[in-house]
Amino acid sequence: MAIRPSKWSFSVENFQTPADSVIPLDLTKIIAFDAVREREHGSSAACEATFRKWAGTALLLSHEKNRDLIPNNRKGLVGMKHTVKVILGAAALGMAASAASAATLDDVKAKGFVQCGVNTALAGFSAPNDKGEWTGFDVDLCRAVAAAIFGDPTKVKFTPTNAKERFTALQSGEIDLLSRNTTWTLSRDTSLGFNFAGVNYYDGQGFMINAKKLPGVNSALQLSGASICVQTGTTTELNLADYFKANNLEYNPVVFEKLEEVNAAYDSGRCDAYTTDQSGLYSIRLTLAAPDDHVVLPEIISKEPLGPAVRQGDDQWMDIVKWTLYAMVLAEEAGITQANVEEMKNSPNPDIKRILGQEADSKLGTDLGLSNDWVVNIIKGVGNYGESFERNIGQGSPLKIARGLNALWTKGGLQYAMPIR
Amino acid sequence: MQEHDLSYVRAEMVNAQAAPLGERGLVRWLRINLFATPADTVMTVIGLIVLALVLPPLINWLFISAQWTGPDRSVCATVSQGGAQPDGWSGACWAFVNAKFEQFMVGRYTISERWRVWLVAIMFVALLVPLMIPRIPYKGLNAIVLFGVFPIIAFVLLVGGVFGLPYVETQLWGGLMVTLVLSFVGIAVSLPLGIVLALGRRSKLPVVKMVCVIFIEAIRGVPLVTVLFMASVMLPLFLPAGMTFDKFLRALIGVAMFASAYMAEVIRGGLQAIPKGQYEGADSLGLSYWQKTGLIILPQALKLVIPGIVNTFIGLFKDTSLVYIIGMFDLLGIVRQNFADAAWASAQTPMSGLVFSGFVFWLFCFGMSRYSIYMERRLDTGHKR
Amino acid sequence: MASQDVAGRADSSLASYFNDPKIRGIVYQVLLFVALVFFIYWVVGNTVENLRRSNISSGFAFLNGRSGFDISQSLISFSSDSRYSRALVVGLLNTLLVAGVGIVTASIIGFIVGIGRLSRNWLIRKLCMVYVEVFRNIPPLLVIFFWYFGVISVLPAPRDSIALGIPLGFETSYGFYGLDYFLSFGSYLNNRGFFLPKTMWGEGAWLIAAAIVVAIAMVWFVARKARQRQEATGQQFPVFWTSVALIIGLPLLAFALAGFPLTLEFPTASTFNLVGGFQVKPEFLALYLALSFYTAAFIAEIVRAGILGVNKGQTEASYALGLRSGQALRLVIIPQAMRIIIPPLTSQYLNLTKNSSLAIAIGYPDLVAIGGTILNQTGQSIEIVAIWMVVYLGLSLATSAFMNWFNAKMALVER
Repeated sequence: MAIRPSKWSFSVENFQTPADSVIPLDLTKIIAFDAVREREHGSSAACEATFRKWAGTALLLSHEKNRDLIPNNRKGLVGMKHTVKVILGAAALGMAASAASAATLDDVKAKGFVQCGVNTALAGFSAPNDKGEWTGFDVDLCRAVAAAIFGDPTKVKFTPTNAKERFTALQSGEIDLLSRNTTWTLSRDTSLGFNFAGVNYYDGQGFMINAKKLPGVNSALQLSGASICVQTGTTTELNLADYFKANNLEYNPVVFEKLEEVNAAYDSGRCDAYTTDQSGLYSIRLTLAAPDDHVVLPEIISKEPLGPAVRQGDDQWMDIVKWTLYAMVLAEEAGITQANVEEMKNSPNPDIKRILGQEADSKLGTDLGLSNDWVVNIIKGVGNYGESFERNIGQGSPLKIARGLNALWTKGGLQYAMPIR
Repeated sequence: MQEHDLSYVRAEMVNAQAAPLGERGLVRWLRINLFATPADTVMTVIGLIVLALVLPPLINWLFISAQWTGPDRSVCATVSQGGAQPDGWSGACWAFVNAKFEQFMVGRYTISERWRVWLVAIMFVALLVPLMIPRIPYKGLNAIVLFGVFPIIAFVLLVGGVFGLPYVETQLWGGLMVTLVLSFVGIAVSLPLGIVLALGRRSKLPVVKMVCVIFIEAIRGVPLVTVLFMASVMLPLFLPAGMTFDKFLRALIGVAMFASAYMAEVIRGGLQAIPKGQYEGADSLGLSYWQKTGLIILPQALKLVIPGIVNTFIGLFKDTSLVYIIGMFDLLGIVRQNFADAAWASAQTPMSGLVFSGFVFWLFCFGMSRYSIYMERRLDTGHKR
Repeated sequence: MASQDVAGRADSSLASYFNDPKIRGIVYQVLLFVALVFFIYWVVGNTVENLRRSNISSGFAFLNGRSGFDISQSLISFSSDSRYSRALVVGLLNTLLVAGVGIVTASIIGFIVGIGRLSRNWLIRKLCMVYVEVFRNIPPLLVIFFWYFGVISVLPAPRDSIALGIPLGFETSYGFYGLDYFLSFGSYLNNRGFFLPKTMWGEGAWLIAAAIVVAIAMVWFVARKARQRQEATGQQFPVFWTSVALIIGLPLLAFALAGFPLTLEFPTASTFNLVGGFQVKPEFLALYLALSFYTAAFIAEIVRAGILGVNKGQTEASYALGLRSGQALRLVIIPQAMRIIIPPLTSQYLNLTKNSSLAIAIGYPDLVAIGGTILNQTGQSIEIVAIWMVVYLGLSLATSAFMNWFNAKMALVER
């Protein structure tokens, strides 16, 4: 019922102030607002907070009444807008896209939490547990970012998104960070206006079958004539069509909008095989009635580097997410764990000291816009990459996914973090 | 004196005899209602066979073999499926519904804040029940509280963010609560909007009429799914950059728009049924358009179309289940989502969940339709032919 | 004084100018129109800007792109190399298919149940009432889920398919009775759908098609002649049986003349599925059954109301004329009830067509589901939603037009 009490409430409200005109038609106004808002963030964080509280509740009032409710200092800003608008008008036209998304960090700090887009339900990666708390490998990354910023991994809110909504949610600013097994592709990097902050899981599309019902099948090439369950609107659906076409095989697609529906259909025996990213297959296998009956076939038919995505045009925010991921990987490399992070602070090893921000007058953390003990906070909050992996999807979890490509580079995998120095 | 010697004449009255077996009691009822003609007998036999085939397994599944409590899926799965039940067992898994009941009612609403939902529910029932029972006085006050004050209190309580109540995102809302909120707000918005559209459609001003006709017919001509898609996918595109609506609000807009168009047609039916003399009478009294409409026409028209309004409401109540398609979890959606819960996944879970949600929907809709029939009879002032 | 008067008169003329309903109406309309134009301009402006920002080009050019996905059920040939436009046509045809078949089935069930609710037979009456009250009061989506997850999903896997046919014997605990032979229809039911033998027409099959056309023409002619004769002389002619004989007999004759040019292709088991034959997909089956059963409940109520709407005297009069109850229903009651039934029936047919869009929940590739997939892939939301709207509006208008025509035709019968 409420217009989201986020930073946007502000522009919604001002957008309709009578002084501007009943129905603003001029695009430059919108842009000017964005540009001004960006400047205001620094000065009016406190005011913003009270403003936001009000914005969440006063929706039943008309906008004119709302205007009276604006704190006095805010009214000044509204006035300022009109003068600035004229000056900025033309110049701001070109920076519209970036202006809308800039200064995510300030925004996050002001509202006091990170809004993170995750999968609706993918066991091991992101799914609510019995208490309704979100857990999983992708969720851990969100928590790590929250820990790096606030020193508290719980200062994060989750928006479950499906395949279709995830991009609009990020574009519109509904979420600050998308950590939802999203494949890094050129078109998503460019035309959709995102940046990928790294790869937290190297994946590929595979097939799963019920080995009990189909004992003879041990390769995807034997699936000719099979009914195959696939989620619609994903690259998976297209890869599937391409793979069967390339191999001259017949198949019968059974498509659904939602992951849960595909799972249910596969489990009920509607299809012979299930195709999605292999990590997803392992996760879905768990939710089936008899997980041990199902096997994942060896073929990988696509490259799916999955990683967290942020909006284009905010390099600082991108850096924070990127280096949070790297810090987790580096911590594993250096042997820093959730359990020993406090001891490690006193380690004589200069590498570890540098990572944990224990070097005298280190500026590594503050340069990133965070505190110097940001890595300590991350590791305390969620552990290192390996710990998070094992706890959520590895041997410590029911999924039991092997590290494989996701092992550290020193152990024959692809996980290689840039050095913190 | 006359001798009564005629032996073939009865001396005393015969006692009244019971009607023949075929003409009384159960047998008569059976004969008339079930075996009146050979064709009837055949139909009865077919009906009985159908009942015999359907009822015993149904009752067995629903009650006798059903599992009422249990910690997880093992009580609802057979041994070969990794559970505790003997192979070949089939019964409802009420344990699943039992374990998830609270979730089915309020979704993933913050647990520590759920008292707020219960409070709203209690207030709603406490306000609605007296309004529905004709004998209880203070109807006007009651209605004002229910439609004027209650929505504000409910809004504050459910959303929070003021008076020290923590803010609960609509993301977390779900279950029956979403179904009820969507349908009640939908109907509350669509009733005035529908009246305006209906009046507009009957207006003599061509532009007003055209706009209303286009809106009504365009919405009525397309399925709700596409209207919801439009609200969820296209609404953000129509708004200036940076201005976003809550997903819940978007669904609400879609539902309200859809309901308004249907409501407008129902009300138009009522307006058309008002005799022309009423309009002319009002005009001759010198009433303005709004006075005429508000004081003479609408009160009569609305009373006429109460069944239609209730039907629209029932339709809306059922149609809210479609928000599942745009990724929100109303009662049906949340039941459906819980099929995927590994702790409860079994062959019986989907059917049990569906039967439960079906029963809840049925209870509401059936109750409403019965109440509307009752009201229709009460309000019937005998204008019908 | 005088000047005041003039001023006062000017005032009142101005006031009357404002109070003139005609002028006020025009003012209101102009205001509304201007507001509307501004609103549309605002929305369009925002949309253009938003599209530009997210790098989506508008227009229908994307329809020529390669779809890249496959569709499970298609009435026309379709592969991943086909264009988006063809995918949409496939979706539209699937919508029309399920709506068309659903309307026929729903009408049949609805009429039976509706008449059943007025039956003298208590049991039948109550059964029909339970049916109507159950299906009317639950959401259609739930009915679809019920058929899909509750019924079709629990059918056996392909290798344990249920073979349809008539067993000529039965097994008891004491042994086997009857012939140890199964009269199979070559049809199978499993959780992948319904498998029927496919008819493969050989050379000379056109003769049969031609015979059917000729038979229909002859039936029409016979019916007309018979009616003319009845009106002229009062003598009846057994039109029904003649028609049956013509429609079955002529094609059979042609079939024999052409040398039986028909082979049946039976579904056979393979590694994963039954292959060959004619397959009805479970998604279609679930949607079709759900829409039929759901809508039938509403049609039953309409039929009941229609029949009750016919004056009781009509029934009594027809009994007095010696008509049996079936005849009275068919010849007297139903034709009059149809006048009441048709308008609401039209809106039920429209509802069924619109409800077919719920296909998306179980993955039946109808227009909305396929449009949704394309929307996901191309991001052309406005164009896709516009196509949906236009198509459904078109279907609605076409159905209304047809039913209005039918209604007008029925209304002529009225005397």
